[in-house]
Amino acid sequence: MSLTLDGAGLRIGPRHLVRDVSLEVAPARITALVGPNGAGKSTVLRLLAGLWRPTSGRAAIEGADLAHLPRRRLARRISFVPQETRIDIPFTVQELVMMGRHPHLGRFDAPGPADDEAVAGALARADVTHLADRLVTELSGGERRRAVIARSLATGSNVILLDEPTANLDIDHVIETLTLLRSLAASGATIAIALHDLNAVARWADVVAVLDTGRLQACGPPAEVLDDDLVASVFGVQVERITAADGSPTLIFHRQPR
Amino acid sequence: MSSDAGSESRIRTAAWIGLPLLAVLLAAAVVAAIAIGSTGIPWVTVVRVLAARVLPDGWIDLGGVSEADQVIIWMIRMPRVVVAALAGGALGVAGTQMQGLFRNPLAEPSVIGISQGAALGAVVTFVSGLAAAAVFWLPLFAFAGALAALATVYTIATRAGRTPVATLLLAGIALGALATAVSSLLISLSVVNWQVANEIVFWMMGGLDNRTWTHVWMCLPPLALGVLGARWYTRDLDLLLLGEETAASLGVEVERVRRVILTTAAMLTGAAVAVSGVIGFVGLIVPHMLRLVLGPSHRVLLPAAMLGGASFLILCDLLARTINPPEEIRLGIITAAFGAPFFLYLLRRQWGGYSLQ
Repeated sequence: MSLTLDGAGLRIGPRHLVRDVSLEVAPARITALVGPNGAGKSTVLRLLAGLWRPTSGRAAIEGADLAHLPRRRLARRISFVPQETRIDIPFTVQELVMMGRHPHLGRFDAPGPADDEAVAGALARADVTHLADRLVTELSGGERRRAVIARSLATGSNVILLDEPTANLDIDHVIETLTLLRSLAASGATIAIALHDLNAVARWADVVAVLDTGRLQACGPPAEVLDDDLVASVFGVQVERITAADGSPTLIFHRQPR
Repeated sequence: MSSDAGSESRIRTAAWIGLPLLAVLLAAAVVAAIAIGSTGIPWVTVVRVLAARVLPDGWIDLGGVSEADQVIIWMIRMPRVVVAALAGGALGVAGTQMQGLFRNPLAEPSVIGISQGAALGAVVTFVSGLAAAAVFWLPLFAFAGALAALATVYTIATRAGRTPVATLLLAGIALGALATAVSSLLISLSVVNWQVANEIVFWMMGGLDNRTWTHVWMCLPPLALGVLGARWYTRDLDLLLLGEETAASLGVEVERVRRVILTTAAMLTGAAVAVSGVIGFVGLIVPHMLRLVLGPSHRVLLPAAMLGGASFLILCDLLARTINPPEEIRLGIITAAFGAPFFLYLLRRQWGGYSLQ
């Protein structure tokens, strides 16, 4: 399933958070949103998720306007993982993932076999089956991130939007999280992430959308888009490129001479 | 696949073992509270009289039970116990809802001024004479007072879905003090006789003396509505604990759910205060104890808090009646004796945090 923004903008009072963004987030790919702080990454992600309504233009899934979808229907098709996944309530991982079934359950329903099955499937796909009985308050950052992704999968949606999924994670947990997203994309999921680490973008994303002051500056494969001029003009830094042993490009940033 | 393992099994275990145990505790508390008193009655007699009242005529033979005992059991002690159970259950559920709604372990009807708002509503009906005009005005005004207080505290203390301990408590204390002050003012301004003044002071201090079946019927409708509303949005409350955005992304209509939970919590608090006055800390102690044992899922926690709150208040009232007979200690003093140290302990442990355990 693909998500599209069509000339979408969001204005709060006199401030334009984003303006005139047209973007397609395609299935089986990781689309990364990058840009300096305040560029509108998180806003664009929330417009794509249907959490916020654009004040101009529109957001759609498979051509259907998100504004016309009820919250529960939306929740079955698109899931969103906020940046802060710290959970201070001692739910077990399975309880947490079962919450992904909420949009499928009636008011007075208890979860049934179909829900148990969906949860088991989601736990397996996110590789957290062995953590099912653990309390989320006792997990490492990477484990918790995977548990939250499992909850997204349990909704049955095949579109997952994540705001800074690697923020505050140790480096091995960053790799753990991005590897999981990579494998989900490989199995056909539509993934969009807001990310500030350009090296992670270069290495893990299929498509990168560069935002600056609320406008889309460029969009395409990282190797083409993240050229020296663009990085210099958007981020205000100079880039030096080196090639890692596995052939992937690595960027080193230098302050621009003033 | 371990689809049967994990949380669902934890929730199911809690539901199948915890809830029946709490129901048994409640039944035992009811019988004990009726049997013990200035006139001691054997518990077997209590059970027989209650059964005779509940079951169809002729099923239970009451031979050998004196008329006086029957009156004491059914007309004097039973209504008091039922009012205690209903008020305790209502406060237990309302406290649980508020802690979930504010994502703050210290939210409780009397601590954050909601009960005092309800008491003000009750006082207004008395001073204005509405309470004497029709029986439903009292619970209705108590509900209105609770709702106004809760909406105010919520609006003032909550920013972006989070309610820091400090703003919640400070807003609650200010509002509770204001409501109590206005109640006192109304009493001193109105030319009411001593009997009415006593009734009013009763609300502000809390107690269960002289409760009758009328009080039971008075609080039953708002209580039933409140419990239904709480049950309706049980899972939503779990999801709100994860944060507004997560809840919304999982299909929760956050604003609507919040309004309904505010309203039902106020309804339950109003129902409890209308018949028992301001009784503190029930909605704090009970949900916390149960959460430690049963886990945080509201599917189990809400019914458990209802049963547990009912038992707790019945037993506290029993203590209030029996510590120093024939004098009664005010019920609010007993619950505060348990609740205040517990509150301070939680405050010390949770300061600045939002954790519910």
